[in-house]
Amino acid sequence: MSDGLAPVEVRGLVKRYGELTAVAGVDLTVNTGDVYGYLGPNGAGKTTSLRMMLGLIRPTEGSVRLFGRDPMESVRALEGVAGFVEAPTFYPYLSARKNLEMLAAYDGGGASGRVDSALETVELTDRAKDRVGGYSHGMRQRLGIAAALLRQPRLLLLDEPATGLDPAGMRDMRLLIRRLADQGITVLLSSHLLTEVEDVCNRVAIVRSGRIVYEGEIAELKRGAGTSYRLETTDDELALAVCRAQPGVGDVRSQNARITFTSDESTAAELSQALIEAGALIRALAPQTVTLEDLFFRFTEGDEPEGPAPPSDPAPAQAAR
Amino acid sequence: MPSVATVYRWELFKLRHQKRTYLGLGAAVLVPILFVLAIHFRHRSRGGDFAFSSYLDRSGLAVPLVILLFGAVWMFPLITALVAGDIFASEDHNGTLKTIFTRSLERWQVFAGKTLAASTYAILAIFICGTVAVIAGSIQSGFNSLQSLSGTIVSAPKALELVYVSLLIYLIPIAAIVCIGLLLSALTRNSAAAVVGTLMVSLLIQLIGILPGLGSLQPYLLSTQFNAWQGLLRTPIDWEPIVRAAWVCALYGLPALLACFLVFMRRDVAGG
Repeated sequence: MSDGLAPVEVRGLVKRYGELTAVAGVDLTVNTGDVYGYLGPNGAGKTTSLRMMLGLIRPTEGSVRLFGRDPMESVRALEGVAGFVEAPTFYPYLSARKNLEMLAAYDGGGASGRVDSALETVELTDRAKDRVGGYSHGMRQRLGIAAALLRQPRLLLLDEPATGLDPAGMRDMRLLIRRLADQGITVLLSSHLLTEVEDVCNRVAIVRSGRIVYEGEIAELKRGAGTSYRLETTDDELALAVCRAQPGVGDVRSQNARITFTSDESTAAELSQALIEAGALIRALAPQTVTLEDLFFRFTEGDEPEGPAPPSDPAPAQAAR
Repeated sequence: MPSVATVYRWELFKLRHQKRTYLGLGAAVLVPILFVLAIHFRHRSRGGDFAFSSYLDRSGLAVPLVILLFGAVWMFPLITALVAGDIFASEDHNGTLKTIFTRSLERWQVFAGKTLAASTYAILAIFICGTVAVIAGSIQSGFNSLQSLSGTIVSAPKALELVYVSLLIYLIPIAAIVCIGLLLSALTRNSAAAVVGTLMVSLLIQLIGILPGLGSLQPYLLSTQFNAWQGLLRTPIDWEPIVRAAWVCALYGLPALLACFLVFMRRDVAGG
């Protein structure tokens, strides 16, 4: 069934609500085996994109293909696909088991025989007879995963799966996603929780105002970002000016009497020389690990990108650096 | 693979677990009982001037017919709207459309299953109400023969048969109310608005019927079709109001159902 085709292939996806453009030309490809993070601040268009991927809303322009099939044409495109957008929802007056039995009936095939194992996987067997109306947010999130597992998915689309969970719940959710990924399930998860994405994903798309500003592997993103340095001097104002004037130094920021910048090793050495010549004595100059969080803020803060950016092209990502 | 029957079965299961179902069916049981109690305690000398009013004390089989007569004003439209107006809107309220739309069901299957479930509930409500009225009425006034609207005497078993056929005929305008309720449910995505809206549409149509100068519209009003069953109680049976009820109600119901289908099929599931 659709072997060899990318689990998710999105091209030129646009969604407009009147004057408001929620999604502005998204292109992304999720390959088999990826745990793909769809990363962006609130309101960036992540949920709208996921809704279009699941066939819940019609794109204004562009296309979505799940294993080569269009989810707007038929629910058959969702064979082997499961997930949820925003918080997973259930009938509050029915028990968790009855909710899953109903969804299994709606899935057909052997889904009904998987209700017990799905409840077991998300550790809800003991509470299966309770009405979902009395469930906590975390339990509903886990039930959402159980509902997805009924379909024996090859692709999971999860929208902010750890949002609203307490730290233990977030850790459990990360472990669960990793476990599912280890079983060979391709996962696309949207999130604004950077640790979640950095922990479980191998590839990311960073979305801002409905546009993708970076798409690729996290490792490559970090490599391409250059080394980040932390600088402390006797005259931060002067040092800041020197840093900004130094060729090869990028992303200069000043915060809490510290300056951070990115550059390669030789440029950092040249910069230290320039600082001394300018009269700013160096107290500390140390390389530091670039986190996904640093990169995320580089892409999502500051001025809005102008014009219709070709989203998945690495060029704008380079330019943004 | 899942079918319309799968959705239908689960919709009925869901209805069995909702309070509004019991509110509607409870009313269908209680109203005839209260009506019979009212007959029992009323002043004997007072009589009404409506069809079968004089027979209420002589045959329990007159009770369901009188309830059909008065229930058309708001009771049956309200009982019907309780579920029809809610069945799509409650999915919006619970945010569950996205849950069922991402399973292996086509939207039209969900639509058909829900429409059938809302219709089943309405049928059940009418027949429960009729049956309780027959039993309570017979306890109060006896299982006796009935005088038809043409003045002929109809034996009790034959009258019972006519009562049940009347309930069937009554389902024709009820089906139109179901369709209007479904449309408002899908359009408003708000259960209370759809239930009240359905009742308002029904009352508004009745209001049109009593406005001066609009008498010529009377045969084509939905409210008039609630009286079509009276054709059965004439000798010979008058089929004209029944046939008219069928096509007039189709004119009200089918466009509403089609509009509901299109709204449901084309809608974006953007909330919840």
